[in-house]
Amino acid sequence: MTTDTTAVRVVPVRHYGRWLTALIVFGLAALFLRALFTSPNLEPGTITHYLFKDYVLDGVVTTLWLTLLAMLLGTAGGIVLAVMRLSENPVLRGVSWTFIWVFRGTPLLVQIIFFGFLGALFPRITLTVPFTGTVLFDRPTSVVVTGTVAAVLALSLNEMAYAAEVIRGGILAVDGGQTEAAAALGMSPTLTLRRVVLPQAMRVIIPPMGNETITMLKSTALVSIIAGRDLMTAVQTVYQNNYKVIPLLVVAAIWYLALVSLLSAGQWLIERRFGRGFTRGGVR
Amino acid sequence: MTPMVRAESVTKRFGPVEVLKGIDLTVRPGEVACLLGPSGSGKSTFLRCINHLERIDGGQLWVDGELVGYRRHGDKLHELKAREVAVRRRDIGMVFQRFNLFPHLTALGNVIEAPVRVLGIPREQAREQAMRLLDRVGLTERAGNYPSQLSGGQQQRVAIARALAMRPKLMLFDEPTSALDPELVGEVLDVMKGLAADGMTMVVVTHEMGFAREVADQVAFLDGGVVVESGTPTEVLGNPRHDRTRAFLDKVL
Repeated sequence: MTTDTTAVRVVPVRHYGRWLTALIVFGLAALFLRALFTSPNLEPGTITHYLFKDYVLDGVVTTLWLTLLAMLLGTAGGIVLAVMRLSENPVLRGVSWTFIWVFRGTPLLVQIIFFGFLGALFPRITLTVPFTGTVLFDRPTSVVVTGTVAAVLALSLNEMAYAAEVIRGGILAVDGGQTEAAAALGMSPTLTLRRVVLPQAMRVIIPPMGNETITMLKSTALVSIIAGRDLMTAVQTVYQNNYKVIPLLVVAAIWYLALVSLLSAGQWLIERRFGRGFTRGGVR
Repeated sequence: MTPMVRAESVTKRFGPVEVLKGIDLTVRPGEVACLLGPSGSGKSTFLRCINHLERIDGGQLWVDGELVGYRRHGDKLHELKAREVAVRRRDIGMVFQRFNLFPHLTALGNVIEAPVRVLGIPREQAREQAMRLLDRVGLTERAGNYPSQLSGGQQQRVAIARALAMRPKLMLFDEPTSALDPELVGEVLDVMKGLAADGMTMVVVTHEMGFAREVADQVAFLDGGVVVESGTPTEVLGNPRHDRTRAFLDKVL
């Protein structure tokens, strides 16, 4: 039986609550935007003036390669640490656990400053052949570990600890039957890890690693404390001279936001690549 | 002739539970042996011991004259390293209840993976061999599909092709049709029958009594971690001597 809708008028549910919240939100947004753009201290002119200055662009480039290098080293080290933590060798397990404990348990800012002042702890870096006294390498620490090197060291060592946990989770998420099937085919443990376990773990690892990359991009701002020559250092140098703090922070914010958007797009592409074989319809 | 599989009082325990309490079994080359028994009888565990997926706690187990998991050096037995165990496993194919295909590789990718990476066969040659094997299991057109795009029966047939690609001298089947919809069981059993007819040595853990009766040279009935009785299918299935065998067969037939 069907209802004759021509005879009666259908009244859809009216969402009064939505209209009301929309009104409040738009009102507040309008007030905020008015306050923002009528403020004499925002200075849109200053923002556009500095947005594409060469030293700001240099900072952007430094921030970008700092992020990518730290993530690359962090991921490589993270894989090693994750495999160590899952190893049957209790010494390797212990080393990995301790490393993660220390680098996750102390603030990144502390680690950055620590590596920045490494020379205060070890004034010289010396490498000798044991029992012969032959010196292969001997330099002052401050010459070897420059601000940039300290930044890369701190960021990548810190990232290793976090990446290790993400990767370990990914490895554990792969069905045990996969390892058994590989073993039954005569594949060695290393080959199994490389060809069977890791490619499948990638699917689980990539979303949180995308997160890590975005966090890393923003964490690079911390290296401005040891003059890491990144984007934040660049804008800081400017506003410490001309006191136009807000406009220059907006310049930095715009660049960080743009870079994060770029990284998110990259993450989407990579996720699609490693999702192969896992969806019925979405293959190629 | 050296037996393909020889087990003498093999024992295995998981913590406090003794799963295998002294298994004796001999499988000659070219023979098909079916292991039957209720769940928890230890038949799958024993099968997994044969290619060292489980380590035995007592007794002795030989595959083609070599002690599983050990290397003889003079009068000493040295336990094998993971890498050496992997080398021994190359000649033993295994098919699992839940297929365990690699989901990130296509059917063809699954079949060529081990020959290329483990045996170092050139990719083109491995590919030709894989296509012949996929043809043998009737899946030539499915070579480019991922496991998630295949039915259970098709996945299991790819898994058989994958195991055969290593040219094994022995094939182990761990309840290969138990996870399949009833209408898909036949296609997998047909492939297995073909293999048996070609003279492949097979040890099959199964609940398919029809298959055991038709194909097996030897049937072993396991219960409580021991082989209760073994013999030809006619003897064990047709005229069981033990009450436990009889009780089990009454339930499943």
